[in-house]
Amino acid sequence: MPLDTKIEDRPWLDSSIEPFIKIQNVTKKFGAFTAVDRIDLNVYQGELFSLLGGSGCGKTTLLRMLAGFEEVTSGHIFIDGQDMAGIPPYERPVNMMFQSYALFPHMTVEKNVAYGLKRDGVPKLEIASRVTEILDMVELGQFASRKPHQLSGGQRQRVALARALVKKPKLLLLDEPLGALDKRLREQTQFELMDLQEQLGITFMVVTHDQEEAMTLSTRIAVMDQGDIIQIGTPTEIYEYPESRFTAGFIGNVNMFEGRVTNNSADHVTVQGTDGTEFYIDHGQNVKEGQKVWVAVRPEKLVINKDAVAAGPNQLLGTVDDIGYMGNHSIYRVKLASGRIVQTTAQNIVRPKDAEWAVDWDDKVTLTWEPSATVLLTK
Amino acid sequence: MSDNAISNESSIQERSTLSWLDDKLQQSWKFLLLLIPYAWLLIFFLAPFILVLKVSMAEPAYARPPYTPLWEWAEDGYLTITLIFENFSYLWEDELYYETYLNSVVIAFNSTIMCLLIGYPIAYGIVRSSTSVRNILLLLIILPFWTSFLLRVYAWMGILGQGGELNDILIFLGILDEPHQFLYTQFAVYVGIVYSYLPFMILPLYASLEKLDMTLNEAAADLGAKPITTFLTVTLPLSIPGIVAGSMLVFIPATGEYVIPDLLGGGNVAMIGRQLFNEFGANKDWPVASAVAIALLILLVVPMMIYQHYQAKETEAA
Ligand SMILES: Nc1ncnc2c1ncn2[C@@H]1O[C@H](COP(=O)(O)OP(=O)(O)OP(=O)(O)O)[C@@H](O)[C@H]1O
Ligand SMILES: [Mg+2]
Repeated sequence: MPLDTKIEDRPWLDSSIEPFIKIQNVTKKFGAFTAVDRIDLNVYQGELFSLLGGSGCGKTTLLRMLAGFEEVTSGHIFIDGQDMAGIPPYERPVNMMFQSYALFPHMTVEKNVAYGLKRDGVPKLEIASRVTEILDMVELGQFASRKPHQLSGGQRQRVALARALVKKPKLLLLDEPLGALDKRLREQTQFELMDLQEQLGITFMVVTHDQEEAMTLSTRIAVMDQGDIIQIGTPTEIYEYPESRFTAGFIGNVNMFEGRVTNNSADHVTVQGTDGTEFYIDHGQNVKEGQKVWVAVRPEKLVINKDAVAAGPNQLLGTVDDIGYMGNHSIYRVKLASGRIVQTTAQNIVRPKDAEWAVDWDDKVTLTWEPSATVLLTK
Repeated sequence: MSDNAISNESSIQERSTLSWLDDKLQQSWKFLLLLIPYAWLLIFFLAPFILVLKVSMAEPAYARPPYTPLWEWAEDGYLTITLIFENFSYLWEDELYYETYLNSVVIAFNSTIMCLLIGYPIAYGIVRSSTSVRNILLLLIILPFWTSFLLRVYAWMGILGQGGELNDILIFLGILDEPHQFLYTQFAVYVGIVYSYLPFMILPLYASLEKLDMTLNEAAADLGAKPITTFLTVTLPLSIPGIVAGSMLVFIPATGEYVIPDLLGGGNVAMIGRQLFNEFGANKDWPVASAVAIALLILLVVPMMIYQHYQAKETEAA
């Protein structure tokens, strides 16, 4: 697989490295309701691992089990080789940044941040210097003596982050850390988080339901649905090689076609779509002829051709139904003969209206794509 | 050119006259709104207070009402005002009053502490219980108010008496050999006050504890605080408004309490409420009784001002 990082940045591929967090067959039930269902997950030292999934899929519950606020119904959690069963939150080498920040309203920013260090019996002078250091790092030095209610939402979020970071935990859990921030501040903070994580070498586990955030931040992503982990992988793997329709549809946009396998060879698979389209996938896959499958193609992989193209597989004919101009790129919605709408994007390398060959409304076009850009899904 | 400038100026003036009127109207509205609470205070607090103050500076007399008038129109048309401070100096000089005041404050203070020590865990327990249980528990706290206060104090007389349930139980358990005199002791007064005023402590405590965000406790635990530390550094400081409110609600009425020391303490526990009643009733000395009341008021204004100060600080912080 074409991966974009060096091998030492991918500890999960090296079986000799012991995972930092081992989640083994963990289930959490609230009464009769199963919030987390037999999850297995390994996270390695120094990773920035994201849990991604829709609302109510069990992300917070999983995080709370790691922090010790929720007991596992069955299964085991190991952090740094230590079984966490029966260990209360205050004895775990873990700090959490809460979805609601949970800042102490009666304490100043400084006292909030110093709270955890005081509990560890760190000497006063050291507390003072570490608090100052971390507040400077999150650029809140001048707000040290304010109370939380005198801060803006973004500033509070940074206090919460500083309070969790100052103890230099082995594992930092972040529950939707950037949820309350506007887009610009969120993007800026995302990079700050990544910098911090690299600087301090702490293992991060981040809950989010913002897929873009997960893509930007993470070394790896676990996609969750209804208490299950559907797929674990790097952002590239999750995006380019989804293993199921759920993952493909959850992350990014995708054009999905249903069909049956017509030819299954060692080096390629062909599929006939229900509307007659021929699909050609340039690698072998474990499928049977006649099996019902789905073919997924990302919009940016489609190329719009105004001129006729020699007949072949991986082609869709249609008329341009709608164009969404986004500045740097445009989104084209192409209506096929079957009435289906297929979405594609193209970079606006020239000003669209200037070019003679620019695609316009109601143009007849042919969409083509590389065989390697085709994803074959069986579930 | 210059004409234009002049008309402009006058229109500005006109506008400012209008806005001035508007301001005046708004001000009078505000004034009216402010007037209502002040009128209330004037009619129901200040007027009676002045009346009592007036009586406290008179002399007892065989008359109806039984005190001398404060001002008289003398025959020559001069107004004579006779202010007698003797009643106050009398309170000051007579050790009995001094001791009674002190005793009242001590009993009220101790009762407040006991209510706090008993009420806090109860309020905390109620907050921590599930919603359905919580409502039942709250109902149980308020339930005693549905029967007369006097009746409940009489019930305690029965329980604490020589042949009462408390003695029965202690003898049954073998702790006592013969009935002990519980009634008409300081102990009985404490039991009565703590019992009667406990709900006034629990309810404000409940209100302030219920507002607390439980994730704060989790955050404290997450940062390494053991449960007891979490309580001392997070829960307790954040419930101070409830503690202050509850303590005031217990301390202030307990200081002036009359029924409980009278019925459960008999003649053996001197509290200012009983003294007041004696002066009014048995001694028929209204001026001294009024002086006692005024002194009590001054005594209670101090904690009330502390309370006010706290409240002001709270609202400032919020
Ligand atoms: N204490 C609880 N008692 C009963 N059910 C609970 C409890 N906590 C969570 N659940 C349920 O467990 C499921 C998972 O909840 P969780 O908070 O983990 O979701 P989430 O993935 O964090 O969602 P979101 O993105 O909305 O924060 C939900 O259906 C929720 O209703
Ligand atoms: Mg959540």
